[in-house]
Amino acid sequence: MAVNNSRRRLVSNLMTGATLVAALLAVIPLFAILVHLIYKGASSIDLQFFIKNPAAPGALGGGVANAIMGSAIIVGATAGIALPIGVGAGVYLNEYGKGRFGWMVGFVADVMNGTPSIIVGVFVWTLLVRPMGHFSALAGSVALSILVIPMVTRTTEDMLALVPNSLREAALALGYSRARTSLTIVVRTAWPGITTGILVAIARVTGETAPLLFTALGNLNFKTDIMQPMQTLSLQVYVYATGPFPEWHRLAWGAALVLVMLVFVFGLVARFATKTKYHAR
Amino acid sequence: MNSQETPAILDTESVAVSVDQYSFWYGDNLALSDVDLNIPSKQVTAFIGPSGCGKSTLLRSVNRMNDLIPGNRYAGDIAVGTQSVFSPKLDTTDLRRRIGMVFQQPNPFPKTIFDNVAYGPRLNGLCSPSEMVGRVERALRQAALWDEVKDRLDTFGTELSGGQQQRLCIARALANEPEILLLDEPCSALDPIATQRIEELLVQLKSTYTIVIVTHNLQQAARIADKTAFFYLGKLIEYDSSEVIFTSPLREDTEAYITGRFG
Repeated sequence: MAVNNSRRRLVSNLMTGATLVAALLAVIPLFAILVHLIYKGASSIDLQFFIKNPAAPGALGGGVANAIMGSAIIVGATAGIALPIGVGAGVYLNEYGKGRFGWMVGFVADVMNGTPSIIVGVFVWTLLVRPMGHFSALAGSVALSILVIPMVTRTTEDMLALVPNSLREAALALGYSRARTSLTIVVRTAWPGITTGILVAIARVTGETAPLLFTALGNLNFKTDIMQPMQTLSLQVYVYATGPFPEWHRLAWGAALVLVMLVFVFGLVARFATKTKYHAR
Repeated sequence: MNSQETPAILDTESVAVSVDQYSFWYGDNLALSDVDLNIPSKQVTAFIGPSGCGKSTLLRSVNRMNDLIPGNRYAGDIAVGTQSVFSPKLDTTDLRRRIGMVFQQPNPFPKTIFDNVAYGPRLNGLCSPSEMVGRVERALRQAALWDEVKDRLDTFGTELSGGQQQRLCIARALANEPEILLLDEPCSALDPIATQRIEELLVQLKSTYTIVIVTHNLQQAARIADKTAFFYLGKLIEYDSSEVIFTSPLREDTEAYITGRFG
């Protein structure tokens, strides 16, 4: 018995140790990226970096003001297009779409979740860029929306499924219609979880580059017209990093750091958004 | 007044809900068959019987909550007042506003105590925002919860104890000014003290509302109900004044059930 017990303890400790090693291995690359970015990029970041546009090729200095503005506009427009559709589709799937059509929509959302983003870029290029005759920020937002919609649809559906049926019955028994019950009780109750899903999805597409190469294209100038080609931080990193000049490489690190910090902030907000009274219980 | 008159026969004026040859199926399962029953207004009527006997199904048919279950089917009729609840002209949201319902598990919304109670009247436009405070207080007083929560109306309803949550749910139903209050085993999740408070409350409320309660607690039915209906295997076996049901039932099954020989 004693032998058996010590053996059990040994196996238990080994398994605990193995999971700890796995956890460390999972975190180390992320941590390494962050440290490396700060080491390489922090020195590039000053006020000039935020308020200046890119300098002429080969010249010193320049910043990413146009890219920050572009990212804000393109991601903002993406949110405007994708969130109502994604949340709406999620509400439909969980509250009404229990039939064949609902199953189909859910299946398509799953497939789209796995579609490589570059394919979405090419698709939007044939759909919008070619007929319009020019690249545009709007086409970029449409491409990013196609990536965001299935993510938000599925998280919304999953979060609504967690709302107990007794709350729906309570609202219906008070004389609420099904639609009003869905919006005022079910969606409101699930809102913290939905918000997290939205922020994660937005954070993911903020860093997308491939679909934007075919749609928003990039721009060396400061633009706010959504019908024109526009720069984003991810595109700026791509251009600077693949360019021939050491000065550009320096700026690429800076832009990459800003981009990662932005995604980091989204993640933090998502974490805090879920810590409401209802979910903390 | 003829004191010999059987209590099952009532003036049409005092009938709140009349059930006429009502049958109900979940898919292919017959849950209720040919039920005939008149529920008197401004009294407490209890539905008793073993699990699966159809009593909750009947209760949920009155405000058409069974509509939510796919594949259900019914025959016969249920009328609230003089209007059939199955009439195509009837708006189910309007019907449900007139019939309050309290469920087995307390189910307050994840909102403040105030908003929980104000939720129904706000939707149904029963009063102006300035009158809302008074209405919420009145409903909470009726549900005997006011003194316990008056200083913390802005805390979440979900933070109250189980018994308080159930009284909050009763207040929420009452604030909507229903004519009828349906309660589906409202005390099954509560301790004896909380149960007693709810029972006292129901006896007080019957002067204003028609109350129908489904319960597994026979003592509870005997204590608070004026009339009791015994259901078994989807059939209404016996329906009479509680006194008759619990002291001298006419049917053998009823006697077997109330004396604890089955169920």
